[in-house]
Amino acid sequence: MNRETLLNLLLLCVLLAVPVWAHAAEEPFIITLVTRALIFAIAGIGLNMALGQGGLVSLGHAMFFGLGGYSMGILASHAQTYTPLFEWPILLEGSNSMPVIWITAIAVAGLAALITGQLSLRTSGVYFIMITLAFGQMFYYFAVSWPAYGGDDGLSIYVRNEFPGLNTLDPIQFFAIVFALLIAVLMLAAAVARSPFGLALNAARQSPARVEAVGISPYRLRLLVYVLSGMITGLAGALFADLNRFVSPSMFSWQTSGEIMMFVILGGVARLCGPVVGATVFIALEHFLGGLSDYWQIYLGVLLLVIVLFARGGLVGLVAGKQQAHD
Amino acid sequence: MSLLLFAEQILNGLQFGIMLFLMAAGLTLIFGVMGLINLAHGSLYMTGAFAAATVASITGSFTLALVAALIAAAAAGALVEVIVIRRLYKADHLDQVLATFALILVFSEGTRWLFGSFPLYLNVPEALSGSVTLPGGIRYSLYRLALIGIGLLVALGLYVLIAHTRLGMQVRAGQSDREMIAALGVDISTLYTIVFALGAALAGLAGALVGAIQSVQVGMGEPVLILAFVVIVIGGIGSIKGAFVGALLVGLTDTLGGLLLPGFFGWFMEPASAVSAGSVLASMSIYILMAIVLMVKPCGLFGVRH
Repeated sequence: MNRETLLNLLLLCVLLAVPVWAHAAEEPFIITLVTRALIFAIAGIGLNMALGQGGLVSLGHAMFFGLGGYSMGILASHAQTYTPLFEWPILLEGSNSMPVIWITAIAVAGLAALITGQLSLRTSGVYFIMITLAFGQMFYYFAVSWPAYGGDDGLSIYVRNEFPGLNTLDPIQFFAIVFALLIAVLMLAAAVARSPFGLALNAARQSPARVEAVGISPYRLRLLVYVLSGMITGLAGALFADLNRFVSPSMFSWQTSGEIMMFVILGGVARLCGPVVGATVFIALEHFLGGLSDYWQIYLGVLLLVIVLFARGGLVGLVAGKQQAHD
Repeated sequence: MSLLLFAEQILNGLQFGIMLFLMAAGLTLIFGVMGLINLAHGSLYMTGAFAAATVASITGSFTLALVAALIAAAAAGALVEVIVIRRLYKADHLDQVLATFALILVFSEGTRWLFGSFPLYLNVPEALSGSVTLPGGIRYSLYRLALIGIGLLVALGLYVLIAHTRLGMQVRAGQSDREMIAALGVDISTLYTIVFALGAALAGLAGALVGAIQSVQVGMGEPVLILAFVVIVIGGIGSIKGAFVGALLVGLTDTLGGLLLPGFFGWFMEPASAVSAGSVLASMSIYILMAIVLMVKPCGLFGVRH
C-alpha cells in the first residue's frame, strides 16, 4: 500500500469519525459542515475526471451543479404544492423522493453535458476554457430571468426530501447518505481510472495524435468523460440543494465553477482523493478564517497563488510525494 | 415599435459594444503576445472604476478621474505582472486560470476591505450631461454618445500603435515568434510588462467610463469579463480586429435581443408568456450567437489556429 492510499483511507476515517463524534457531543453544526465538505468533494471528483483524466479545463461545471440543484428544486416544489410539472404529452408529477431526484439530476446534467460538450469539444485549450465559462454563464442568466421558479430570488423547499427508511432531517442520517454516495463515486472514479477507457483517455491527454493513430477517437473519449463528469457534479448539486433546502441562480455562477476547480487544485489534480482533501481544506479555511476576518478570501487567494506557483501537485502531492503525478 | 426607439437601441448596442471592445482588446492582446488567459482583467476594470470614483469625489473633476483610472489600472497591472503573472507565461492554461482566479479573490476582497460593500457613485460630467438631438430627430444621451466617440478614438489609436510604431512592431513580432524577437535583442520581459499595463489601462478606462452610468461596486468587473471572453471567442483570440467586430456584434445582439424577442414571441403567444419567453431567450442570445459562430468557424471570425 503506497502513501497516497494510506492517506486516502486515513482521510475518509477522519471524515467519518468527526461527525460521529459531533453526533455524540450534540454538535449538529459540525455534522452539517462536514456534509457540506463531502458534497463539494463529490462535485470536485466530477470535475477531476474531466480535468485530471481528460485534461479538459472546464470552467463551467457550475452549470451541472446548478442543473442538479434545480432538478431537486423543481421536482420538490411541485411535490410540495401537489401540482404536476406538465400534463402534456404525459402527466409528470413532482417528487420528494431522493433517489428519483438524484436520477433526474444525473440525467439532466448528463444531457446538458452531451449537448454543450459537442460544441465545446470542437475547440481546445484556451477556447475551451472560455466556452465552458460562457455556457455556465448562459445557464446563470437563464435561471435569473426565468420567473417560473423564483428567478433571481431562488426557490425554497420547506422539508428535506425523503429517503426510504431514513429520517433525512436528522443531520447524522443525511450525512450517512452523503458519505455513502461519496464512497460510491470514489469507487466509480477509481474504476474508471483503471479501466481501458480511463487508460485510453489518459493517453489521449498526453498524445492525441498517437491515440488517433491506433484507431481511437480522442473526441469521443473526451465527450464521454465530459458527460460522466457532468453527471457526478449534477448529483452533487442535487445534494447541495437538499442540504440547504434552497436553490438559487448563484449555484450557476462562475464563482461556483472557480470554487469547484479550486477543490481539485488544492488537493491535487488527477489524485483520487484530491478533491476530498481540497473541499475539506476549503471548508475548514472558510470556517476558521471566516471566523477571524470578514475578508478571509484574501488569505484564500494568497494560499491558492502559493499552491499554483510553488506546490504543483497540490496538498496530496506535498504529502504523498510525486510518484503518481502526471506529466 | 417606433423607429426612434429602435435607432436609440442601436446606439445603446453600439455604446455597449465599444466598451466591451476596450476590455476585449486588452485580453486578446495579452493572450496574443504572452499566451496568457487572464481572468483578473475584470479586477483591473474595477480598479479603474474605483480610482475614478475616489478621485472624482475628492477633486470633482471628471478628466482627473479618467487620468487616475488609467494610471491606477496600469500601475496595478504592471505590479501584478511583475509579482505574479510573469511566472505564469510558461505554465499551462490551468495554472493561469487558477492563479488569476486567486488574484480576483485578492482584488475583490481587498477592495471590499478598503472601500466597504456599498457602491460608490461617479457622476456624469456636467458638460456631457443631458441629451442631444441627432439628425432624424433621435434624442440621445450626450454622455453615451461621447463614450462611442472615445471608444472609436481608442480603437483608432490602438490600430496606429500596433500597425505603425516601433512598439507595435515588437508586439506583432512577439505574437508570431517569441524566441526570435528575444534573440534580436528586444527586452522581452519589459515588452511583456508594457503590453500587460496597456491592456490593464484599457480595462481601467472602460471601468471608469461605464462607472458613470452604472454603480461602482465590488464584483462589477466579472460579468463584463465573461462577455469580453465571448467577444474574443467570436472574434478569434489574438485578433484586435476580431475583438472589434465581435464586440459590436455582442453589444448589438444583447441590446436588440432584449428589444425584439418579446415582440417576436408576441406574434404567436399570449403577451405575459411572450415577455418572459422573450426575455429568457434574450438573456441567452449572445451565447447562442457564440455557439453558432463556433459551429461555422471553430477559431472565431478572424482567428488563426495556434
